[in-house]
Amino acid sequence: MKQFSNTYIFIFSLLMVVTVATILSVVAMQLQPMQKKNIETNKKQNILLSLNIESNKDNALDQYDKYITDSYVINSEGERLEGVDAFSVDLSKEIVKPFEERRLPIYVGTVGDSTQYIIPIRGKGLWGPIWGYIALKSDYNTIYGTNFSHDSETPGLGAEIATRQFQKQFIGKKIFNEEDEFVSVDVVKGGAPSGAPHAVDGVSGGTITSKGVDSMLEDVIGAYVPYLKEMRNKKS
Amino acid sequence: MSQDKEPLFSAKNMRLLKEPLDDSNPITVQVLGICSALAITVKLEPSLVMALSVIFVMAVSNVVVSLLRAKIPPRIRIIVQLTVIASLVILVDEFLAAFAYEVSQQLSVFVGLIITNCIIMGRLEAFALGNKPWPAFLDGVGNAAGYGVILVIVGFVRELFGSGTIWGYQVIPETFYSVGYENNGLFILPPMALITVGIIIWVQRYRNRKLIEERQI
Repeated sequence: MKQFSNTYIFIFSLLMVVTVATILSVVAMQLQPMQKKNIETNKKQNILLSLNIESNKDNALDQYDKYITDSYVINSEGERLEGVDAFSVDLSKEIVKPFEERRLPIYVGTVGDSTQYIIPIRGKGLWGPIWGYIALKSDYNTIYGTNFSHDSETPGLGAEIATRQFQKQFIGKKIFNEEDEFVSVDVVKGGAPSGAPHAVDGVSGGTITSKGVDSMLEDVIGAYVPYLKEMRNKKS
Repeated sequence: MSQDKEPLFSAKNMRLLKEPLDDSNPITVQVLGICSALAITVKLEPSLVMALSVIFVMAVSNVVVSLLRAKIPPRIRIIVQLTVIASLVILVDEFLAAFAYEVSQQLSVFVGLIITNCIIMGRLEAFALGNKPWPAFLDGVGNAAGYGVILVIVGFVRELFGSGTIWGYQVIPETFYSVGYENNGLFILPPMALITVGIIIWVQRYRNRKLIEERQI
């Protein structure tokens, strides 16, 4: 193989880097609107899934407008914050703040004549962020449905949290115990005792992701507790 | 066809395509790319999509490097190869996110993992740098397919015994479970992929005697 001079190597690398950078940035910019739309549609699909409504990407927007009847943002004392769009609140920025400073979005879903309150959640898995939505019945206690997604959990192991099979376990579980204390729902390694009101089975082989779901529920819903309690008291 | 020009599908070219499927399989004979074969074969579907993505990246990067082979300075050839592979992988990732969002979500980290697949760099280094684009293309497709075949077999076995499903559908009937059959959790974990690959190597060598090394005393 022939030898190349240092000058040649510099020029070659420079040209290569510029070419590659140009191609990649043009492609990324061209595709960005479509990717954004996909992400938005997907978010709406995920919110609908927490109401146990399956949608595809063509009807997701219509379904969303039909079932999600209201959304608002509260602070940790349960006061509504005006002028903040729940859909645009970036949870990744909120969950690192202390409870008192968080802005807490709530979506209201109406299926038939029952009302559900959907809380978006976000936390840490093994390899990256995990997030989801949890819908509470109008008693602000019983779980109506859940949905979890992840960025990069191991398929077949941690990624199983994104399956309906795992998510359906949460239906009917309660986040407050009989003394009206917030206990969240535990994700138990090796399996929860059958009929336990505050526990579900973890994913075998996905222990760290399961723990992530467990602490995500506790941490994120924890910030809503004062509001949820207030609403519960108003009901009873 | 003229005498000096080799036909596109000559015996020699076909060998480039076929050999990696058996005689020089990147996983079972050269024992390359084991890391990704262990990580992503828990289920059949990701195994297949990974195989297809690797076929694309490997074929295109082999052609690109082969076209540039006289221009690439040998001293920085590894960096150049890596740049070519990484850019292709990013392109695949971007297009999936725009046009097949659900698939891209399922694949999550795997697409990025293609960059670190040693088979791709191995073929660029061993073949594409010294051969014309067409043979390089065949060599890329052949090797990636040889890798993909093993991935799909391992994915099939692990999903069947580990989860009782194939492609997400339950195939082991409920009656089996009611008489005490249980999914084997070991198959979900990476060590079982290694054992499965080991068994494939064993079977392959039993059928293909020329792969057996001479006994050394």
